[in-house]
Order: sequence, then structure tokens, then C-alpha cells
Amino acid sequence: MSILLGRETKVVVQGITGREGSFHTEQMQELGTQVVAGTSPGKGGTTHLGVPVFNTVHDAVEATGATASGIFVPAPFAPDAIMEAAAAGITLIVCITEGIPIQEMIRVKDFLRGYPAARLIGANCPGLITPGQAKIGIIPQRITSPGSVGLISRSGTLTYEVASALSAAGMGQSTIVGIGGDPVLGLAFRDVVELFEKDTATTHLVVIGEIGGSDEERAAELLARGSRLKAVAFISGRTAPEGKRMGHAGAIISGNRGTARSKEEAFRRAGVAVAETTDEIVGLLR
Amino acid sequence: MKLLEYQAKEVLASLGIPIPPGVVARTPDEAVAAFEKLGRVAVKAQVPVGGRGKAGGIKLAKTADEAREAAARIIGMDIKGFKVPLVYCEVALDIAREIYLGITVDRDARANILILSAKGGMEIEQVAEESPEALSRLYPNPWRGPLDFELTQLVYDAGLGDLARPLTTLIKRLYRAVPEYDALTAEINPLVVTGKGDVVAGDAKLEVDDNSSWRHRDLEERYGSVLEGDPYEVEAKKRSLTYVSLDGDIGIIGNGAGLCMGTLDLVQRAGGSPANFCDIGGGAKAEVVENALAVILMNPKVKGVLINVFGGITRGDEVAKGVVTARDNLKMTLPLVVRMSGTNEEEGREILRHNGIEPGASGWEAAKKIVELTKAGARA
Repeated sequence: MSILLGRETKVVVQGITGREGSFHTEQMQELGTQVVAGTSPGKGGTTHLGVPVFNTVHDAVEATGATASGIFVPAPFAPDAIMEAAAAGITLIVCITEGIPIQEMIRVKDFLRGYPAARLIGANCPGLITPGQAKIGIIPQRITSPGSVGLISRSGTLTYEVASALSAAGMGQSTIVGIGGDPVLGLAFRDVVELFEKDTATTHLVVIGEIGGSDEERAAELLARGSRLKAVAFISGRTAPEGKRMGHAGAIISGNRGTARSKEEAFRRAGVAVAETTDEIVGLLR
Repeated sequence: MKLLEYQAKEVLASLGIPIPPGVVARTPDEAVAAFEKLGRVAVKAQVPVGGRGKAGGIKLAKTADEAREAAARIIGMDIKGFKVPLVYCEVALDIAREIYLGITVDRDARANILILSAKGGMEIEQVAEESPEALSRLYPNPWRGPLDFELTQLVYDAGLGDLARPLTTLIKRLYRAVPEYDALTAEINPLVVTGKGDVVAGDAKLEVDDNSSWRHRDLEERYGSVLEGDPYEVEAKKRSLTYVSLDGDIGIIGNGAGLCMGTLDLVQRAGGSPANFCDIGGGAKAEVVENALAVILMNPKVKGVLINVFGGITRGDEVAKGVVTARDNLKMTLPLVVRMSGTNEEEGREILRHNGIEPGASGWEAAKKIVELTKAGARA
């Protein structure tokens, strides 16, 4: 069992013929992910990596019944790719692309309100993996192993670090979700915690947060209401210098939230163990 | 990209927002010339950070001598780590009222927020905390922007109904900075109502999203070179590295922002003090490692370097070879600790040891090691 993604999920890769798209599609296939289609405007009707290529996501969905998509297109085209996927009926959209302007993501988020069934992960994220079954994105399967720890993170390499420490300690993972580090994102910590809470195969939870915003605090509020998961949180950036702020607008809306301390305290109040370094996570989870 | 006040005002003026007449001065003589042209002026430090008034970066000049003196004192001053490159001499306003007007990204709401308050000025953050009801807010639809009736409501909610006409027009114009310039923050504080009843931008802050710089090359060309930034940050930018200077003496290289930030935390926890944040991104290619090391070694304060690389798909032996080559090319003699993991990590560690570089078993072990080595180096 897992959340969001499993062996049975049919995936379309947007931008499958590009360098990144090709490389990671092969990795996804190697793990056993059902990549049933790719898109690349103008290359419809061809085949790439044994997968039929379509001009649009709409055509790909119609022909193959894909329900999930992985987006590997350059930043100027990624916002449209996300909206295209949602409009085509895709319910799990994973956008790996980094460097999308924030104002574009704000418009995309507004567009997605019209498609409540569509869940977006990212952008600027490593994607997600259900070890031993399937992945969409770039998390290396070699460092993961199947099990019952749910892992959510805003950072790519820290996710890998923690996943490999868990695997080395014999603690496999149900699903690993890299939600991405941009200020305006798809799924937030809280949304993913809710999914893990309902997944009977997940018994433990690791949350790797970062300074900025208050998504971690909101996830902590949810856990504080009572959780069946044994959870550990880690927040990176406690020694990062405070951003040199110019306007007051940011401070007006965020107040004291968003610091490493505020996030750690929120998790402690929720009864979640807080790791001081990533090395401590495994010990605290046992 | 954070624009300086005079730059932000040029942009706002191009959107039709009234600004006071002003002139940029790079020397005290230019400030005198500005005074002769404009009369009584405020001489204002141009730095991309708030709090310059309290730091002594704004002086009123009633005579040519005062303008010269103010400019001489302010140019070159350090305000929160920024060396003031120039001053903006602006006609001193006859202020009757100060309003706050700002647009920014509310990341929790994943939306833009427009904020308006009749209690503008320096204490706006305190107002927000103590009497949040004094601030009116609007989340405009990101596709079409704020509508007239929404702005009318916002203005009346803020108790500024007597200025409804000029304010709704002005807010609409300011909002254009969002779609047209990818503004992350566009703020006018204070928005001044003069004795004659005119509404004028007293100050202006504009931050443009770096992710959209390819759409706004004109801004970069016009304003990009004005500010003398930190020399290492400038060099790093030329080499396409994500680099932030810090105060300490241990250089840090990591791949991925989260891992890099985590590495700073570890060094601090081990009793050390990081000299920088440097994220070399995925892959950790030899050339990129060398670029990062070169920038870090430019800083004479640096006494040692810690490299923390998580190689998902990257091969450890290749990373190790790259680090050794970079060190040799740069003739680096300072202590260097490398922590890496990934495919062939054992081979990689062997290559490092063979070349006299300390491999760290974990991030934490590596952080302790580099702190110890730099302290020993400092004693020697």
C-alpha cells in the first residue's frame, strides 16, 4: 500500500523526448512504473523508449487512460503544461521543473481550483516514489526500500539523505513525497500528512521542513489533533541569516511565523519528536 | 531583483503613479547641483533594504551646504551590510497624511494580497500587530486583477473614502507591476497626501522575481550594475552559482538548497561559523565544484572548506576525482573535508584519502572534523 502512486498507476510523461524527460522516464520504467504515454507537440504518432508519443495530454489520456503525469518541460512552458494536464482530467500532476515565476504559479493555483480532483506536486520538486512499485520524478530508487515510513520533504537532497539513512537502518518507506521548495506550491505538508494518516500501510512519518512560510506549522496543527502515526520532524535553516527584507508587506502578513524555532515548537506542541540533525531521525523514529 | 527607491519610482512613474521630482547624485557636488535645481530636498540613501531612515540614511537639506554635507556623509555609508552607492535628492514633500499601500505574495494563501491602511509610515508593522483591523486586505483574482468595486470596498474599509477616486486609480496602476513586471512586492509607504490634497508616492519598494528575469532584461540592463554587491556574490553570479556570503570562516559547498542549509546548521552546531552558503545543484560536476571552490577561496577569511555532496545518481568516485582536480588546479592548501555518499562512495573515499583529503563519514562527523581542523589551523 501507499499514497498517491502505485504499481497500477498509468503515467504520461510531458516532455518525454527531451534530455531530462528521456533519462528519467527510463529510470521510472526500470522501477516498474507504468509509463503508458508521452507528449511532445509535433511528435504525435511516434514512439519513444517504447512508449507512444502524443501531441497533447488530452490525446494521450483519451488513448491510454493515463491518470497521472510527470512534467519535465522547461520553465517557460511548465505552467501551461500543468494546466493542460488538469484540463485533460489528470488527477496527479507532478511538476519537476524549477525556475517557474511565482506569479505564474499563482495563476496556475487559481486555475486548479476549477479542477478539484487534480492534485499538483511541486513545482521545483524531486517528485514522489512508492518504493518497489513506481515513481514519478527523479528520486533515485537505489536509496529507497519498501516499508511503512511515510516521508515528506521540501528539499531534494535532504530527502535522499534521510531516505538512504532509513533504508540503511532497515526502515523501508511506504511513499516518499518531495513537495518542492518554491513559495507557491501544489500539495502542502498538511495535505500529504492527511493522506498518510488514512493509509493503513503507513505507521511512521518523517517531515523534513524548511524555514519560510507556515506550511509546517499547519501540518503540526493537524497532527496535534491526534495521530496514529509515530512522527519525527526536522527543520533545516535554523542558522540561515534572516533575509534582508525591504518592504513591510511580508512582515505584515507573516508576523513571527516561518522561523525554524516557530516550526520546531509547533511540532513539539503536537507531540512530534524534533530531530536536531538528520542523523538523529532514525533513532527518534524507532 | 530588488530595485532601489529611485529605480522603483521610475518604474511606478512609467505606470502613471505620481512621484515627487528628484535627481540621483553620486557625489556631494552632484547633490549641490540637485539642490540648485529642486530647492529644499530630502537626501536619501539608496539601498535595497528597509530601515535606512533609522540608520541615518535620510537627511533634509535646506541649503546647498547642507545638501553637500548630507551627501558626503551618506554616500559610502554601510546600511545593514550594503554600501550606499548613491543618494536620491528629492523635493521635500508637504505631508498632510501618510497612507500605507502594498502588494505582496501571501505564500500561505498561494495568492497576491493588496494591503491598504490609513495609518501609513514607519510604524506600519506595529500597527499590523496591535490593531490589525486598521489594515484592509484584498486578494485580487490573478488572471484579471482587482475590479473597480473591489477596490472601492477596500478603500472604504480602510476609512479612506474621501480619497476613493484617486486611490482606486492609483492602486490599479500599482497593481500593473504584478502582471507587467512579475513584482513579488510593490509597496508605497508612505503614500503621501500633501497639504494641497495631491496623492504622491513618498517611498517605493519593488522586488521583481528572479525567475522571470528573462522577461525583463530591460530592468537588468538599466539597473543591474548600480549596486555594488558583495564581491564574492557578484563573482558567484558570473559563474552561475547560488551563493550567499555569511560572516564566518568555514567555506561550505553542498548540492541542493536543503542539504546546503542543513550543512550550515551542522557546522554551527559543531561550534564553527560558516563563511557562505553555496549550492552547486545536482550532479556535482568537477567544473562546477572547481568554480565554487575558486569563489570561496577568494575570501581571505576562509580557513577551511567543507564539501557535502549527496550523489543520488552521481558517482562518488567521479565526485572525488573532481574535488582532487579542483583543489590541485587552485593550489588549495587550507583544510578540506569532503562528505559524500552515492554510488561507489567507498571508492570515492579511497581516492580522497589517497590525495590527503579528509573524508567525513556523515554530515555531522564532517562538520565536527572541519571545525576541529580550522581551529587547529588558527592556533598553529
